[in-house]
Formats: sequence, structure tokens, C-alpha cells
Amino acid sequence: MTLLSTRGLSKHFAGLRAVENVDFDLPEGEVRALIGPNGAGKTTLVGMICGRITPSAGRIAFDRADITALPAHRRIRRGMAYTFQITSVFARLPARENVALAARRRLRGAEADAVVHEALDRVGLLDRIDQEAGDLSYGHQRLLEIAMGLAQAPRLLILDEPTQGLSESEIAGFTALLRDLAGRTTVLLIEHNMSVVMETADRVTVLDYGAVLAEGTPAEIHENAAVQAAYLGTG
Amino acid sequence: MSAARRSLALHGGLIALLFALQFVLPDYHHGNLARIMVLASYAVGYNILFGYTGLLSLGHALFFAAGMYGMGLTIQHLGFTPAPALVAGLVTGIVVSAGLALLALRTSGVAFMIVTLMFAQAGYLTILYFGEYTRGDEGFVIQQAERVLWGIDLSDPTNRYFAALILFAICLMTCLHLVQRPFGKTLVAVRENEERVRMLGYDTFAHKLGAMIVSGTISAAAGAVYGLLFGYVGASFASVQYSIFPLLWVLLGGAGTVLGPFIGTLFMFYLIDFSSGITTAYMLIAGVALVVLTLFAPQGLTGELRRRLWRWLP
Repeated sequence: MTLLSTRGLSKHFAGLRAVENVDFDLPEGEVRALIGPNGAGKTTLVGMICGRITPSAGRIAFDRADITALPAHRRIRRGMAYTFQITSVFARLPARENVALAARRRLRGAEADAVVHEALDRVGLLDRIDQEAGDLSYGHQRLLEIAMGLAQAPRLLILDEPTQGLSESEIAGFTALLRDLAGRTTVLLIEHNMSVVMETADRVTVLDYGAVLAEGTPAEIHENAAVQAAYLGTG
Repeated sequence: MSAARRSLALHGGLIALLFALQFVLPDYHHGNLARIMVLASYAVGYNILFGYTGLLSLGHALFFAAGMYGMGLTIQHLGFTPAPALVAGLVTGIVVSAGLALLALRTSGVAFMIVTLMFAQAGYLTILYFGEYTRGDEGFVIQQAERVLWGIDLSDPTNRYFAALILFAICLMTCLHLVQRPFGKTLVAVRENEERVRMLGYDTFAHKLGAMIVSGTISAAAGAVYGLLFGYVGASFASVQYSIFPLLWVLLGGAGTVLGPFIGTLFMFYLIDFSSGITTAYMLIAGVALVVLTLFAPQGLTGELRRRLWRWLP
């Protein structure tokens, strides 16, 4: 079943075509990587999907319902979760409360507590549960973002460059976490780190100049001449 | 002892202390404290919007006056007794705060400050405009006979003290309860990072609307009780000065702390009282003290206490 699809989705910023006529389908349970050079329109595209950016044209459907006109918080309530590219945690609140805010939208009391502990445990931050988020290292704040995503138990988890700024060992931990999620949660992953993409994604969509350039398995994309040209600037 | 229990003990302890003080305080301070408790209730209401939700309103005098005039005008012109008049004051507060919230919450930041300030000024001018009913600047007195609630004469100092204490206890405990509930915690998150809260699936507009109505209603309750206890209703309570006061009290006492509004109101009241006993230029002393406090305790007295000693303080 297709969980998310867009038709003719476009965004123009005063003449700049950031995203142009994108038709995109994401089947339930798949881990999909969205790659492309800087400025290709990846963040704009997911921004339109989760409701942070109003599209100039086109339609978005989630779980067979048209959500184009829904405000962001109502889309999130339908089962999307979005983790920010630029770390956006609640700096003056403890890690526990950061994740609890994500969990409390659907759970209360002891149930919410259990989810908070589990989410922090999965990203390896359980020992820092009472630390203020602003005091965590940059890498740990990224992991806290991911824990906030997990605590929502989303049907679609959108991760915007989650491994940016993580150490090698943290990336390995994140890759393992993503493999563990695969099959249960649909994931849309914007990622620059190609080894993470190769290891975790079922399929890859390549965006260039706001349009879909190619789509296929990681191996197919790896061999694709057009993708190599877009990334390397040759041909 | 858990943080929730400790804070219940602390805030309950304050109310018990205020109760006990009624029996030992000399007349002068006894009267002052009754007034401080009502004004602190107003500050508690202001703090919910400013301290916890992060919305700086410059128009809360509108809510204070809405409660005061809702109560006073119904007594004066409709012959209400105090109990229904207080209800009328509260209802006026709810209606006015909901109305202003729906308009002002379309803006944020500086625009929100300006919009609230302008509506409060419009409210003040409205009171003057309908001087035939409100007696404008001069205001009107609520006679002693009209201030008897369920057979209790509220002009009597002891009764007045207890009435003020009851109001303050209700407001303080409402605030404490609110900030420990998920709703209150979400308000704090809105203050810290509204966009993130929205992207966690919360309707931030509805939360801010709720905060503004609770804040406005508590302010209106304080206004209604103030008019009833001290027997006077006047337009000066709707002036911009009365919008600035709660901001100062909350800033001094500690924005975003439950105790802060009371501490700030108490401190400021006695600071002015003390300095006016020394010189006629008492605002100079008060001003210097405020500057010093802002320099060395930028989070307010209670905020500083929380930072240094009691991390669990709500």
C-alpha cells in the first residue's frame, strides 16, 4: 500500500523553482532515502510533505487521504514525525521532558514514561535523561531529536540529515537503529552520507534542481550515470 | 520526597503562613498584606501568559478592569448582590480575554505587545466615554451595605484579609496545578520553541488561546475582588500603569515560577512603602533597587532561588 504520495508538487520562491512537479510514491514499510546535491530541494520537498511549507501547486496524500490543506500539527497527528535538519530541541528543558512532550500527545502517565525511557535507551541517551538538552553535545542533541521522533511512534518518520555532525560510532549506532525500525515504520531519510544510504535504504530517490532525476535500489543508483553527473559535475 | 510533593508542601506552607500572620500582624501591615494578596493574584494570572507561555502582554489592565467593572457596574446599576456580581465580573473577564486573544494571537512578538496595549487603551477610553454609567476617572464607591457576602461584611479588616487569602490560595493552587499538568508543560514548550511544539503535533494556537483565557480570567477575578474588598471602582485601574505593574512584579519575583508573582508584589509594595518613608523622591530609591536586582538576579528573586538552590521549584 502506498502510504505517501505527491502529484505535481511544486514550490516557487519568487521565481526560483525550488521543487518542480514532483510525483513521489512511498509504499508502507519502506526505508526511502532522498538524496541530491545541496540546493536540490530536498528539505523544501519534505517541508511541503509535513506542512511547514505551503506548496505553490500540486497535491499530497497520506494514508489515502488528501492532506494538502491540513495544517502541520494535524498532519503530525495522522502519524507523521519530522526531525529537524537544524537541531531544534528544547534547550532549557531536560532530555526527559523533550521526549515526554513528543510522547504525551498520545499517551499519559506511566505509559508515557515507559515510552520516554525506551526512546532514550534506543538512541543511547538514557544515562543523560535528566541533563538539560542545551548542555548535551551536538551529536547527542541530534540523537535526542531522533528519540523525539521515535517517541511519537509514527507511521512515517521523516529524518532530515540525521547523521550530520555525528561521530563514526554514533553513525554506526544510528544505522543499526534504522535497520531495526525497517519493516515496522516507513522512513523518509534525507542523507548525505552515502554509506548510511547504501546500508539502510530499500530504495533511493535522487533530486536535482527540484525535480526527480532517478529512482531505484541503492545499487541501481550507484551505477546510474546521470546521478554521477549530478553529483560530480561531469558529463 | 518527590518534587510534586515538595512543591505542594512549600506552596501550602505559604498559604498556612499567611493564614497565621492574620493573627499576629499589626493593623497597618495586616491591611497591606490583604491588598498585596489580591494584587499578587493578578500577578499570578499575568505570569501564566508571560512567564509560562512567553507572551508579553501590555494590556492586562483590560482584564483586571473587566472583572472590576463587571462586578461594580452590576452592583451599581442592576442591584446585584456580591456573589452574582463576582460571577458577572468573572464572565466579563472570560469574554473579554477570549475576544482579545482571538484578535491578538494572530500576531506575535512586538506586534502582540502593541495590539494588547492598544486594546487596553481602547478599553480605558471606553470607560471614560461612558462616564454617565462608570463615573469615568472619578470612579464610584461600593457602599458598605452592598459589600456583604453571605452575611459576611467584607469591609471588616479580618473578613477582608480572609477573603483576599481565599482568592490568593485559589489562584496560586490553580497555577501550581496547571503548570504540573501536560497542558502547562506544553505551554512552557511553546515558550521555549513554538515551531518545534507544532511539529510534535500540538495545536499551538489553541494552547495559547487557553493560556490567555486562564490568565485573563484570573486577572479579572483579582480585579472583581479588589473592587469588592476595597469598595472602589475607578478608571485608573484600567490605565496603562496597571498593565505595567504585573509585568514588574512578575519580573522581580521570577517569571515562570509559581511563587514569583507573590514575592515580586510583596517586595515592590514594601520597597515603595519603605522608600517613601525616607524621601519624597521615593521612586529614585525604588528605581535603583530595581536596577540592582535586574543586574544581579536577572531571573527574579524566585528564579534565582531556583537556579542556585531549589532546582525542583515549579
